[in-house]
Amino acid sequence: MVTQVTSMSRSGVSDWVIQRITAVVLAAYTLCIFGYLIMHPDLTYAEWSAFFHNTGIRIFTMLALVSTCAHAWVGMWTVGSDYLQEHTLGKKAASLRIVYQITCILMVLTYLIWGINILWGN
Amino acid sequence: MNKKSRPINVGIGDLLGFAWPVTAIASIAHRIAGVVLFVGIGFALFALEMSLADEQGFNGLKGLIVSPLGKFITWGLLAALAYHLVAGIKHLIMDAGVGETLKGGVIAARVTIFLAAALIVLAAIWVIRG
Repeated sequence: MVTQVTSMSRSGVSDWVIQRITAVVLAAYTLCIFGYLIMHPDLTYAEWSAFFHNTGIRIFTMLALVSTCAHAWVGMWTVGSDYLQEHTLGKKAASLRIVYQITCILMVLTYLIWGINILWGN
Repeated sequence: MNKKSRPINVGIGDLLGFAWPVTAIASIAHRIAGVVLFVGIGFALFALEMSLADEQGFNGLKGLIVSPLGKFITWGLLAALAYHLVAGIKHLIMDAGVGETLKGGVIAARVTIFLAAALIVLAAIWVIRG
């Protein structure tokens, strides 16, 4: 068996589980944020800022950020592995795929660092 | 097995030659929405950073979102999120063993598209009303 060195956890079964656990976290976070926004139609900066200063919301946001990064890595890797293949791109497929994968991984890590900086930077 | 007869994934060039049952449409739309959201994370982080920076940033972001382009981007990302969320919940339900038949799959795909379309229309109303 060939180990997929660029997949998130190097294991398809583990990636599958990660994808679902992170999906549940993200669904809950999405409902929380949109619930808040819908209940506050005339949101002010003071309210919004106080909301994100709440430790619970900060932790939930951090969980959602990490979940987003893991979920996106697994998802983008899967999409790339399915479509960037020899039968679609010819002989260059393997090199294009690794460039695509490295780009995705770097974007994921950039999002993670940027998000941490927004949440905890000040 | 002979190399030529191995099962392969769908290639871009083969797309027109395939029948597109509703289950296939629901599936590829889930993937497309996911890729759109991957780029959208950048917009979301940009918006979060600006909105939390200070009062000026918060109001500046409000100004960006109510511009025509801002409304379109906001709605587009909300639409992708709505579809990806509904299709993801369908996935989790089917992973739990519910509706794992051809008929069940077709019904689940139709319900997904219907519910997501309803949410996408609601998102448009929400964005247009500001």
